[in-house]
Amino acid sequence: MARTLLDKVWEAHTVRTLPSGQTQLLIGLHLIHEVTTPQAFQMLKDSKLKVRMPERTFGTLDHIIPTTDQTRPYADPLAEEMAVHMIRNMKEFKLPLFDMSTGKQGIVHVIGPELGLSQPGMTIACGDSHTSTHGAVGAIAFGIGTTQVRDVLATQCLAMAKPKLRQVRVDGALARGVYAKDVILTIINVLGVKGGVGYAYEYAGGVIERMTMEERLTVCNMSIEGGARFGYVNPDATTIEYLRGRQYAPAGAAFDKAAAWWKSTATEPGAAIDDVARINGDAIEPVVTWGINPGLSVGVSQRIPAPESAPEADRSTLREALAHMGFQAGQPIKGAKIDVAFVGSCTNGRLSDLRVAAEVAKKGKVAKSVRALIVPGSQQVARAAEAEGLHEIFQAAGFQWRKAGCSMCLGMNPDQLVGREMSASSSNRNFIGRQGSPTGRTLLMSPAMVAAAAITGAVADVREILR
Amino acid sequence: MSTTTDFKRRQISGRGIPLPGNDIDTDRIIPARFLKEVTFETMGEHAFEDAKKQNPEHPFNSRLYKGASVLVVGQNFGCGSSREHAPQALMRWGIAAVVGGSFGEIFFGNCVMLGIPCLVASQEDLEWLQKAISRTPQAPVAVDVEKQEVRCADRVIKATMPDGSRNQLVGGTWDSTAVLLEAGPAIETTAKKLPYVAGW
Repeated sequence: MARTLLDKVWEAHTVRTLPSGQTQLLIGLHLIHEVTTPQAFQMLKDSKLKVRMPERTFGTLDHIIPTTDQTRPYADPLAEEMAVHMIRNMKEFKLPLFDMSTGKQGIVHVIGPELGLSQPGMTIACGDSHTSTHGAVGAIAFGIGTTQVRDVLATQCLAMAKPKLRQVRVDGALARGVYAKDVILTIINVLGVKGGVGYAYEYAGGVIERMTMEERLTVCNMSIEGGARFGYVNPDATTIEYLRGRQYAPAGAAFDKAAAWWKSTATEPGAAIDDVARINGDAIEPVVTWGINPGLSVGVSQRIPAPESAPEADRSTLREALAHMGFQAGQPIKGAKIDVAFVGSCTNGRLSDLRVAAEVAKKGKVAKSVRALIVPGSQQVARAAEAEGLHEIFQAAGFQWRKAGCSMCLGMNPDQLVGREMSASSSNRNFIGRQGSPTGRTLLMSPAMVAAAAITGAVADVREILR
Repeated sequence: MSTTTDFKRRQISGRGIPLPGNDIDTDRIIPARFLKEVTFETMGEHAFEDAKKQNPEHPFNSRLYKGASVLVVGQNFGCGSSREHAPQALMRWGIAAVVGGSFGEIFFGNCVMLGIPCLVASQEDLEWLQKAISRTPQAPVAVDVEKQEVRCADRVIKATMPDGSRNQLVGGTWDSTAVLLEAGPAIETTAKKLPYVAGW
């Protein structure tokens, strides 16, 4: 019988069925970072347990680190304490840590694929909801909480219920100026922020198949924003070529054997899928969120909707969003003034994101009223960008060129909004308070659109700038 | 909070606290700046900190609901970040059970890991329950995980939970490390069958 990637990977990693009816699922790769692990390590120590498979566990520092001066001790004593704990725990349990000295540090969801750690057919867990990112290589990857981190450390397993599978097909072709970010924001807008609860999303269709791996990483990254804890793309030639030559990918004859197995994990034609959603790629335009969850978005040429136009159950959220953002229903999103521009994060902090932002940055200078940050997703991304001279393009245009980290995606390091500042951001969440200020405001968009907003001083249509 | 034994979460009874609104994310439950801690001890103090400051009427500000243990929410509660700090904050504030329309999946799983049942009820029943609690904050609310119902005043509401998680809570096996360790060498046996573990 034809099977899906989800079926095959789930079965291969099933240790047993638990008395509760859930699956005891083996985790093939456990990625950890400084924010969601100190309590897990403490629980492990309290129970006198060891790390079950240290060779399948890798760590990095990303959430709390400053992106300007990274000299230790950090200026923020709480951040310093978290770094100290992470480094000490990794040493005590003899686990590899990609810290600054390795030249491979970066956001956990950037470095996993970049180092070739994340591979097709794996189960991957990390104490971070954006772990769905790694599904882009054809893995079943998902975010977990700290007590579950403890379980993976202690047992290399989790008690899990298998999700249902929805295929999200994006057919057609994307227009110039439309990117992977616009595709996933459109999917979330159409299927809703809770549409994916209980599901894994399998992204398919011509648009997805033609995407580069970095574009697929952007799409899978935001699965959780649509409620889906898992999101993946079936491994294909793009996946295999992406992994070739990466540090932790197999090499030589082993690579060919691996490639054959990786391909065999893909969903087979005719396999049973719970349901299919279709999106027309031809119709997607650059998308901007205007509200307080990633589903509240419009095309850049459109107007902010009125609460009355939404189903009754959603109206209170729309009213709250308008009030928080200071927008009027019916107002065009284009022209909304911004104070901050941020290109970076696990969604859009990769080399191709910086390249496209630099292409736009060449067309102008950052508006006087705008603070603009470019934050590479990893040290490797930073070096590759610098080798191409991208940092000079950004600096010449008035953007700040920062060091790798999670930065302004979330308010855990010095990069934060102040007061009611309005941010054009390539990150993944526009929740109230997300970027560090309780009253701060976030407009999510593609890196190209962020750069366009930075040089315009307001939300702009990047297609007009690239013309 | 009353439970039948230490770990079994068959039934949780206490006073209720209504929190209307949909899509309340974990950044709202606990803003990221309070995550800069190496323990969970202080989390309860920061539950809904910004929301409470911005809205004096926020239920978590109200003396009427002090000591409540059953939180009644709307749709998609706990969406967003995987931070366990969110259910930790609620638990340390005093919440022992949540009833809502739907839940962010990672939040739901984190709650189970802490022994906090999250049950799903209809929109109509949730609205009734929220109103009933705000009318009579002292009224006891019983969350029956085993029977999948919530009892308040003279009404019995259907409130469901997927079998796997419900079995964990009712059976007292939600603290899963011990259960997972019981698999013993089968864990390594499964791993060695995977080519990426065994070697190509």
